[in-house]
Amino acid sequence: MGSKNVLLIFKSNIMYKPVIYRLAKDFDLIFNILEAKILPKKEGRILLELKGSENTIDEGIKFLEQNHVVVELLSDKVWLEEEKCVNCGACTGLCPTDALSMKRPEMTVSFDVQKCIACGMCGLVCPFGAMRDITLFDPFAEGRSNSK
Amino acid sequence: MSEFKINKTFAEINKKIRDGSVVVVNAEEMIGVTNELGPIEAARKVDVVTTGTFGIMCSSGAFLNFGHSIPRIKANKVFINRVEAYAGVAAVDCYLGATQTREDDPLNKVFPGRFRYGGGHVIEDLVSGKKVKLEAFGYGTDCYPNLRHEAEMTLKEFPDAWLLNPRNGYQNYNCALNLSKKTIYTYMGILRPDATNANYSTSGQLSPLLNDPYYKTIGLGSRIFLGGGVGHIIGNGTQHNPNAKRSENGVVMGGAGTLSVKGDLKQMSPKFLRGASITGYGCSLNVGIGVPIPILNEEMALFTSVSDDQILAPIVDYGLDYPQGAGGPLDYVSYAELKTGEINFRGQQVITSPLASYSMALEIADILKDWIKSGQFLLGEPQDTFPSVPFSGFNSIK
Ligand code: SF4
Ligand code: SF4
Repeated sequence: MGSKNVLLIFKSNIMYKPVIYRLAKDFDLIFNILEAKILPKKEGRILLELKGSENTIDEGIKFLEQNHVVVELLSDKVWLEEEKCVNCGACTGLCPTDALSMKRPEMTVSFDVQKCIACGMCGLVCPFGAMRDITLFDPFAEGRSNSK
Repeated sequence: MSEFKINKTFAEINKKIRDGSVVVVNAEEMIGVTNELGPIEAARKVDVVTTGTFGIMCSSGAFLNFGHSIPRIKANKVFINRVEAYAGVAAVDCYLGATQTREDDPLNKVFPGRFRYGGGHVIEDLVSGKKVKLEAFGYGTDCYPNLRHEAEMTLKEFPDAWLLNPRNGYQNYNCALNLSKKTIYTYMGILRPDATNANYSTSGQLSPLLNDPYYKTIGLGSRIFLGGGVGHIIGNGTQHNPNAKRSENGVVMGGAGTLSVKGDLKQMSPKFLRGASITGYGCSLNVGIGVPIPILNEEMALFTSVSDDQILAPIVDYGLDYPQGAGGPLDYVSYAELKTGEINFRGQQVITSPLASYSMALEIADILKDWIKSGQFLLGEPQDTFPSVPFSGFNSIK
């Protein structure tokens, strides 16, 4: 059994087309919705955890792509840039899933992309921009300007 | 007659550094040494304990002399990469503060602001060897007629460039949480409502002033590791307060002593001087500092063997109390507890994260240890001490 976190982008023309259920039905994949956001009339974004054999995961992804869903591997989109990280640990207390965690007693920080739900929090916290491109579902990307 | 069994001087320790016989451990290792041997034997064996810290230190900046233009200029406005440096000093001198934001920065207009580039970032770019853009404006005088001077420069081309920080290395600091009902963005990081998470800074048992709590060996003239190069302590820092509350072992229970430091920027490295962007708060600079502490006697052996479970930080509410300058510590918590990642506050589990890097602090203490062992780094004996308070001595030194 393997597992991959993928970001699915549905453009407006296919936004309401039912395709995800077929991952279970036709490919025997277990999927878990980690995060979803629909911008009305624009696009929908879903972060899915796919579980199954390596082969079926790949086939499932191919199927989605044939149905015009843009599929991106989360591990290609989101990573910790070690050069920039100072292992301060500031991000670890705010990461909702423990994708960022502290190794003890060394007090160094590790990032497990399989736990990441791309919530964007570490991107806000890290003073050095060490978490790359965590803006897939950035909760502050819009609508915050009037709220102070 | 001295009250101590072991008595060493700076000169004796420096002689050992020169002949290669010096024994140096870091402040984490010293805990074990003293536990095993007792303070007297520990003081006999160990000559120097190295400390370290690497955290956001807002009261930092660079004092720069950018050299004369032709014709000459008396600059009264200076910008480096569009970040303003204070120019109200001599003709081509200026001070670039770590928290100064860029001219066109949106600040907190769209809250929380990101503060992507400021004084701290310019300093990091300078020590990285990157070209920066200098813009100086003058009003014209008979001796300095030039009105405007622009240049692309690297650090090497500045005749003088110092890191000059009025307040660094706080002896101890708050553990911040938020009792209000909304998420807040502070210099102590992002704090969720209802005390969901708590942040703390300082490197605890590795932190310089926590290992010399009465400033007996650290003073004006101490030679230190600063930003990857060699620097000096030039006095106590601003807001230095030796009168802070202390626990029985003499350890301060909150912010107390501070350091003012200076060093040649040209020796420093971007690994230990990092521009920081603190969401909703502003720009700053992470500074790496390492201070060597000479073990002159068994008292210093005891001071330097302080461990995280003996150091308490005050828990402070940044939601309501701190901004209003009201209230006091809600409770005290040890660094040993803070480092587990979770504390108990009023019966509630609160997630904790550090803001200063302990692993980098350890790396700094170890680099300093290597410098001293190799004979290239001699201790600087303080020419003056900091304001302090009396210490009645440890009850039993055996
Ligand atoms: S906040 Fe940034 S620098 Fe600090 S541990 Fe997290 S990723 Fe690394
Ligand atoms: S985006 Fe960052 S904070 Fe959010 S889950 Fe992933 S690692 Fe954690």
